[in-house]
Amino acid sequence: MAGKILLEVVTPEKQLLSQQVDEVIAPGSEGEFGVLPGHCHFLSALKVGELRYRVGDQTSHMVILWGYAEVTPTKVTIMAEIAEKAEDIDVDRATEKVEEAERRLQAGGLPSEVKEAQISLEKARLRKKIAERTRKAGHA
Amino acid sequence: MPSLQSLRRKIAAFKNTQKITKAMKMVAAAKLKRSQDRILAARPYAHKMRGVLSNLSQRVNRSAHPLLQKREGKKIEVLVVTSDRGLCGGFNGNIVRRSAEFLRQCESRGLEVNVSIVGRKGRDYFRRRSWPIRQEWTGVFDKLSFEHAIDIGGDLTDKFVKGTFDELYVVYNEFKSAIQQRVIVEKLFPVDAAAEFGAAPTEGAVSGGYLYEPDEADLLNALVPKHFQVQTYRILLESAAAEHGARMAAMDGATRNAGQLIKKVTLYYNKTRQAAITKELMDIVGGAEALK
Repeated sequence: MAGKILLEVVTPEKQLLSQQVDEVIAPGSEGEFGVLPGHCHFLSALKVGELRYRVGDQTSHMVILWGYAEVTPTKVTIMAEIAEKAEDIDVDRATEKVEEAERRLQAGGLPSEVKEAQISLEKARLRKKIAERTRKAGHA
Repeated sequence: MPSLQSLRRKIAAFKNTQKITKAMKMVAAAKLKRSQDRILAARPYAHKMRGVLSNLSQRVNRSAHPLLQKREGKKIEVLVVTSDRGLCGGFNGNIVRRSAEFLRQCESRGLEVNVSIVGRKGRDYFRRRSWPIRQEWTGVFDKLSFEHAIDIGGDLTDKFVKGTFDELYVVYNEFKSAIQQRVIVEKLFPVDAAAEFGAAPTEGAVSGGYLYEPDEADLLNALVPKHFQVQTYRILLESAAAEHGARMAAMDGATRNAGQLIKKVTLYYNKTRQAAITKELMDIVGGAEALK
């Protein structure tokens, strides 16, 4: 398949990315999906997860927290509530957040509070994971 | 001829005013910078959202979602977005004039029109003219956040679904540049396809073969209300940035005018003072002559 796809990532705060890429893998609400050029039209909700995109043999990572993805044969638009590039995540802060969320989960409380704590733990773990991996890759 | 003392007082007063307008200009410039950054950052998201939704609205069955339904446009709601504070030149005047014109147009077509208002200035205007105001939000611009958009957007969506009105128009100032604002009348409900969105759905000319995940109904339920919140947010940000821009320009003008006034009155003051001195001198000389 010739050509590339245009990947655009926007959040309410800013336009994070607009780049020609070869492949995108995004965390859909029903499971991860991969997009190559020429993908059919597709609209999906996104959950908390990792967005990967590949240019040549260089793969980059990004954290996505909810949102929507619109896929057309030539373009992928990611509208995320929150999105962060892996390079921009502060590992120490992410670790701190994991611990905080774990503490909150331990403390228990109302079901809604527990649910919230679980979500923020999931979020924090993911950010930590991605950030650590990127950092390692950077040092290697 | 005004006395020297009264002229001195006048000059002092002008200088004070100039100080105030200068300070207001500085403050507006700082705020403008911040709100400008925000609107420029928020625009891509809002526009993408709108593109997706307009693509979607062409493809899906409109009656599938209450917010996409098109009804006979009998009852019209106009949301007028003004500022809370004055001293920003023609900012509020333009908005209010444009919306009054729009309201009259609608009424002459025999439509039922209602007004909702954001901002103290617009509220005051319509209250003075005893227009019925359905709903008002004031003080949102002090600390503008997405919460406000959820509040306002949510309220309007509810009313649309309930059938309080069939069409919603928003009148607001669009931020074009720091010194330029444009009054815009935009139709928010119901979502219109191509005509409204211009060239956005170019690549959306596909029929069928469109996949949704999760299914269409769930997605619409989540996406459509979100879209209106995002659009409301964008509109509020546009208006905030435009307001600061307008105020900066107005205060810059005021500072310059004050400077001119000061110059003029100072010149007059000096002339008067010199005339008085000359007169006194002539008196003295005249008196001395007479003694000889």
